[in-house]
Amino acid sequence: MSDVKYSKEHEWLKLDGDIATIGITKHATEMLGDIVFAELPEKGSNVEKDGTAGVVESTKAASDVYTPISGEVVDTNQTIVDDPSKINADPEGEAWFFKLKIKDVKELDTLMNKDEYDKFAKESNQ
Amino acid sequence: MVKKTSLYNLHKKHNAKLVEFAGYEMPIQYKDGIIQEHKFTRSNCGIFDVSHMGQLFIYGKENLTKDLENIFPIDLKKLNLNQSKYSFLMDENACIYDDLIITKISDGYLIILNAACKENDLKIIKKKLNNKYNLQLNEELSLIALQGPEAKDILEKKVEGVSKLKFMNGGNFKFLDINIFITRSGYTGEDGFEISIKNNYAEKFVEEMLSNGSKMIGLGARDTLRMEAGLCLYGNDLDKNTTPIEANLKWAISKNRIDTEYPGSKIIKKQIQSGVEKIRVGIKPENRVIARGNTKIFNNDDKEIGKITSGTFGPSVDHSIAMGYVDNQYSDLNTKLFLEVRGKKIPANVCNLPFYKKNYVKGEINV
Repeated sequence: MSDVKYSKEHEWLKLDGDIATIGITKHATEMLGDIVFAELPEKGSNVEKDGTAGVVESTKAASDVYTPISGEVVDTNQTIVDDPSKINADPEGEAWFFKLKIKDVKELDTLMNKDEYDKFAKESNQ
Repeated sequence: MVKKTSLYNLHKKHNAKLVEFAGYEMPIQYKDGIIQEHKFTRSNCGIFDVSHMGQLFIYGKENLTKDLENIFPIDLKKLNLNQSKYSFLMDENACIYDDLIITKISDGYLIILNAACKENDLKIIKKKLNNKYNLQLNEELSLIALQGPEAKDILEKKVEGVSKLKFMNGGNFKFLDINIFITRSGYTGEDGFEISIKNNYAEKFVEEMLSNGSKMIGLGARDTLRMEAGLCLYGNDLDKNTTPIEANLKWAISKNRIDTEYPGSKIIKKQIQSGVEKIRVGIKPENRVIARGNTKIFNNDDKEIGKITSGTFGPSVDHSIAMGYVDNQYSDLNTKLFLEVRGKKIPANVCNLPFYKKNYVKGEINV
């Protein structure tokens, strides 16, 4: 079973013990177009499920990045701030956004698995 | 109902993302995306469908020139056959209804108008000319822009003689068996051409350009290109609340028209003599944050002193860029400003326009 989960706001989350790595999905980057700016949450800050935890801007518009679960930000990926084009190049790999120390594992149950998300993304695209 | 241009099917074929713009279904980008399209135009040759823009033909002789000088602040008598100039349609307060390009043609004038303004412009111009002339907003013609350093060679292959045109000059040319009108002009900061062609030949023409190495470019890249070139977009940087002097476009008012009459002439003269309260400047944020239209501008003491009217990331200058209006006392080069983006004050500086150095071919620019 895949340990990657997805939110309706088009974020992905990968679990490693009590640490979750979070980024935006390939589908999200395709909708946004070329990303030219990224802003990440402060290391050490606490973020609440479904709250804003960053911003991405494409040449067209700005979009908030939401956190799919609550927790403390333990790491952020400065390489995507320095070169936001990495987000388009490898959104679900190298271009992760931030890592959280999970506050409440039960929140994970509200997220989708890959099949559910792919279906959701396809439908929301129509 | 949303209108379609004669290149609609071609846009679809090239996987365009279509959006409604000024009542037309237009391509915002194709599969390469805005940044690649932008860079391709700067390094090679992009094709833009700008058929949504108005092509207004006004037919008449010497009297028409005189009557149009009562509308536009330019010296039309000095305009040579097939020469173009940038100008404005203004109200009595010198506020801008539209910015436009006027070209002298053999039997009158051709005026290129913004899509969102063209119907209203036609009404205003018709009224000011007292219905004395034949005016035609021609919907049977498409308008295609070919922009970039390779545009000249690509177009010359199919349209002989076109590479001899000087900047802001045009002429009648042959494409296959039909006449087309071409001017050397554009909206990207690159050398290029605008081609006025019958709707039913537009697709064929574009296909020829594509097979010679050009690529389709959407309105998204058109916007980033024009911003890097420091050019205004009507509705963003120019509107019914701004005058050409405030927009820092004094160069477009012919010198020998300053003391003569046209709508708004008194205000223009006064603003040239005693200055303006707000003025358009180039603004460069100190980091990558993008300050888009309506972003508030503050001074060192946290006092609001203006507003951004356009802002984006400039792919060729590799920097966030913007322009906007500030109180005149803050318009000097390198003045420190602060832009309020998502609650934070982003440091920025007043800078020279354009952000990207132009590559126009040499030619007469007499204003």
